[in-house]
Amino acid sequence: MAYALYPPEFRIERDRDRCIACQVCVRQCANDGHIYDSEDDSISSDESRCVGCHRCGTLCPTGAITIRETPMHFKANGNWTARALRDIYKQAETGGVLLTGMGCDRSYPIYFDRILLNASQVTNPSIDPLREPMELRTFLGSKPDRIELDPSVTGIRLRTNLAPQLVLETPILFSAMSYGSISYNACWALARAAKAEGTFYNTGEGGLHRDFYPYGENTIVQVASGRFGVHADYLHVAAAIEIKIGQGAKPGIGGHLPGEKVSDQISQTRMIPVGTDALSPAPHHDIYSIEDLRQLIFALKEATRYSKPVGVKIAAVHNVAPIASGIVRAGADMVAIDGLRGGTGAAPTTIRDNVGIPIELALAAVDSRLREEGIRHRASIIAAGGFRNSADVTKAIALGADAVYIGTGALVAMGCHLCQKCYTGKCNWGIATQDPYLTKRLNPNIAERRLGNLLRGWSLEIKEMLGGMGINAIESLRGNREHLRGVGMTEAELKILGIKSAGEAW
Amino acid sequence: MKRIYVHEEYCIGCRLCEIHCLVQHSRSKKILKAFKEEFPRAVSRVLVEEHGYLSFALQCRHCEEAPCLEACITGAMYRDKRTEAVLCNEEKCVGCWMCIMVCPFGVIKRDLESNKVGSKCDLCLGEEMPVCVQNCPNEALTFEERTET
Amino acid sequence: MSHFYEKDMSGCGIIAIMNEKGVDISGERVMSAIASMRERTNGLGGGFAAYGIYPEYRDFYAFHIMFDTHQAKDETETFLKARCLMQDEEPIPTRPNRYITNPPLLWRYFLRPKDQYINGKSEADFMVSLVMHINANVVGAFVASSGKNMGVFKGVGYPEDIGDFFRLDEYKGYIWTAHGRFPTNSQGWWGGAHPFSLLDWTVVHNGEISSYGINKRYLEHFGYRCTLFTDTEVIAYLFDLLIRKHGLPLELAAKVLSAPFWDEIGRMEGSQRDFFTSLRIIYGSALVNGPFAVVVGHASGMVGLNDRIKLRPLVAARDGDMLYIASEDSAIREICPHPQKVWMPKAGEAVVGTLTPPSRKNIENGREGANPTSNGSDILIGKWGRRNGLRTLPAGISDRKGPG
Repeated sequence: MAYALYPPEFRIERDRDRCIACQVCVRQCANDGHIYDSEDDSISSDESRCVGCHRCGTLCPTGAITIRETPMHFKANGNWTARALRDIYKQAETGGVLLTGMGCDRSYPIYFDRILLNASQVTNPSIDPLREPMELRTFLGSKPDRIELDPSVTGIRLRTNLAPQLVLETPILFSAMSYGSISYNACWALARAAKAEGTFYNTGEGGLHRDFYPYGENTIVQVASGRFGVHADYLHVAAAIEIKIGQGAKPGIGGHLPGEKVSDQISQTRMIPVGTDALSPAPHHDIYSIEDLRQLIFALKEATRYSKPVGVKIAAVHNVAPIASGIVRAGADMVAIDGLRGGTGAAPTTIRDNVGIPIELALAAVDSRLREEGIRHRASIIAAGGFRNSADVTKAIALGADAVYIGTGALVAMGCHLCQKCYTGKCNWGIATQDPYLTKRLNPNIAERRLGNLLRGWSLEIKEMLGGMGINAIESLRGNREHLRGVGMTEAELKILGIKSAGEAW
Repeated sequence: MKRIYVHEEYCIGCRLCEIHCLVQHSRSKKILKAFKEEFPRAVSRVLVEEHGYLSFALQCRHCEEAPCLEACITGAMYRDKRTEAVLCNEEKCVGCWMCIMVCPFGVIKRDLESNKVGSKCDLCLGEEMPVCVQNCPNEALTFEERTET
Repeated sequence: MSHFYEKDMSGCGIIAIMNEKGVDISGERVMSAIASMRERTNGLGGGFAAYGIYPEYRDFYAFHIMFDTHQAKDETETFLKARCLMQDEEPIPTRPNRYITNPPLLWRYFLRPKDQYINGKSEADFMVSLVMHINANVVGAFVASSGKNMGVFKGVGYPEDIGDFFRLDEYKGYIWTAHGRFPTNSQGWWGGAHPFSLLDWTVVHNGEISSYGINKRYLEHFGYRCTLFTDTEVIAYLFDLLIRKHGLPLELAAKVLSAPFWDEIGRMEGSQRDFFTSLRIIYGSALVNGPFAVVVGHASGMVGLNDRIKLRPLVAARDGDMLYIASEDSAIREICPHPQKVWMPKAGEAVVGTLTPPSRKNIENGREGANPTSNGSDILIGKWGRRNGLRTLPAGISDRKGPG
């Protein structure tokens, strides 16, 4: 049995004065990190199993447990960080690809933290959202750039036939998280919260469980490279379809659901055998060029009789602007761009942390390019990838997004502590697992409530910020970069974002 | 009457209900003292039953026709007029255990270490809501009135 | 004077008067009305727009241009002469006024485009491209107005002094709009005063546009370049775009700029609700947010409009054939003490003045992108608009017969 050559990442500290040996921690740790000794009625811990999910510390009735980063430090080294060393030790032991979960955690610049918003004073009054209407309603879909009217004796009628639109009461949607990567209860909570708040959730590439068909009006179904769960009913029940070409967490490669997480229900929903790894291929094997994508978009539109928007999701990479332009010209009604910080249930660590670009730059580049080409109105842009709060959402809309997908944020609302071990299938919070012992831990009633609270709280904050800028309709902020200023950015960054430096007036 | 109901699909088997019930019925009602300093330790009136991944908390159902009430030889078991709960007056209990034998749910415990009386759920009389319901981290227990359907 | 960017943060005064039968009004009247609102300005900008002042040149585009230097003037004239027939050119007549100092060179030109340059564009688009070129590319030149039989007179100073300087008491027109400015910058730029103008559209604006950033980018999609360094220009361009190019009736264009709220739309019935929903979906980027009271003038009328929650004052009055729109009731009463009807227009509700009667010839000339009318001269709007019609004529054409 190989001996681990490095100290565990975490240190479990148990305050013996507070520990009453009630064994809640023992029962709750899915990694068997705590052990009860009946002989002396005490509990000890095995740090090598701790993943830092905080389940034990949170549920301990006396607050006896603290999880710290291990105090056993490697010698300080600016180049060979503890993380770099650990990765090599692990690979030397296993010879495999290092896997991880959730989004990139490296300290690349976060442009949202360098962008500041405006407020109106004196010359332009701010608006109080508690007293005046403040409109967040958003429409996603292809729009004409002008109206065609038909005057008649009874009044003017609309000659334009609008393409199908999704109507959102708030510009925030739940991002694609497959049934398989997350549990049944988690999917159910997302569907219920989306319906209650008048927005949408995305099935991800795991297909749609039959039990969730009643939520179809608030569901965006994904057609990914593995085509898991894609059949006629799946397309018909949905409000919109999204072709997944890539995702921010792993640009260039396909999705991955480890065999441990493929249970009976998953197998049925995805249409694959129980226990097999669900590996989506890197490209769609029928999309090798832009014209092939156009063919698929229109095949889906034909199959659904042009009754619902068909969008395309891509990862933010270097050439995201011309790629997005091609996608819009190929007939997509929506383009979802997933930035570097996008999350996942399982991805190779090197790809998650080194491939892709931040969403702020990608979004600004795509919005500017589409406007330059005069095609911005043909598709709605949805931005995704690590949105942490309502200010990030507001800034993204000002940069040009029509709406924003939140994934990690939604999971955190449900209880996730970002231990990044989703791929093990042992999520202690009952979110990223199929183990029936663990899935019970996510009460869908509680989760739905928390997701609804998050959306409502953020929506109120967005309204406050809009009012502060003297705006009472979100369409007046969308693409309005005059309300943004940058701090601590280079000329090049300011130019790509299309914003001025803080201190510059109009 | 209001009773405690369990939603077994949400019970995570953590047994925090048992811990808080114990504390509520201890002398000090403080968790550290109740566990570390009180001897004999108080007894929890709720028990989490487990089988595989199924688990749920079980306590006295406060039956409308309670066998324990009939079986009690001293009259220690009585029904509270206001809440309609079935309660045990521990002063009168002589520890004959007839109630335990007749209880169809097996929710009465023998408090062997102290006065050798029968202990069972009393709906935490005096509290707004029973402490097991208040402290369940996954809202698996509810305190509600359900009408017969 | 120099071109530097000045955000228009104004608390100002505006007044507009129109005779709907086309009868001439002397410039003195509008000057006394704007003078009464002196407290709303700080002397750093004033201006006037007048329609019907060049009847003898009615078929020519009257370009009013300001020049910093003779070099700018020479460069501009060369540029224009190459592309247009210049019927006449002369300095704009002025008289000395002790409060008006350092005026730029002020000239007017009466032009008609040379056919070989139009290149498939419409005449109006061609003249617009000339204006855009001069403003963006000729350093020290600024086109203050470019419409037919109308002109804009503006500069740094109180409006009544500007009016005196430009000898506006000697002009007669059937529409006059005026503006006094309160900019928060210490310097004034002659080109920065209101009204802003393109072809025969003029805008006087009291307010600040919070949606400017997106309105500007939306207009760029249609080829407009926002070169006048102020947010007011988007209103002029939006009206030009919606009415002249997209063929929307004027009341609908007002409903795009001051869009009704969703809960109001939700209370409408069936087809009307769908219509206004579609209008907002398509023209979301043309919604003008932020406080504003504007009067937009054009060859056959004018329209006064407030933002959707009316954050700036606007009063309107009718007296016989006269229509008045102003920031203050008192400004109207200064020149019309007892109007027949005075009212406060609601948020988003346009006040429309129309030159009547229309001449059939002008309708048949048509407008670019115009939707066909069902019977030659009226477009019926239906329940939510004016029943006996709005009409917008092609830019630069007026149906007045001659000097009143």
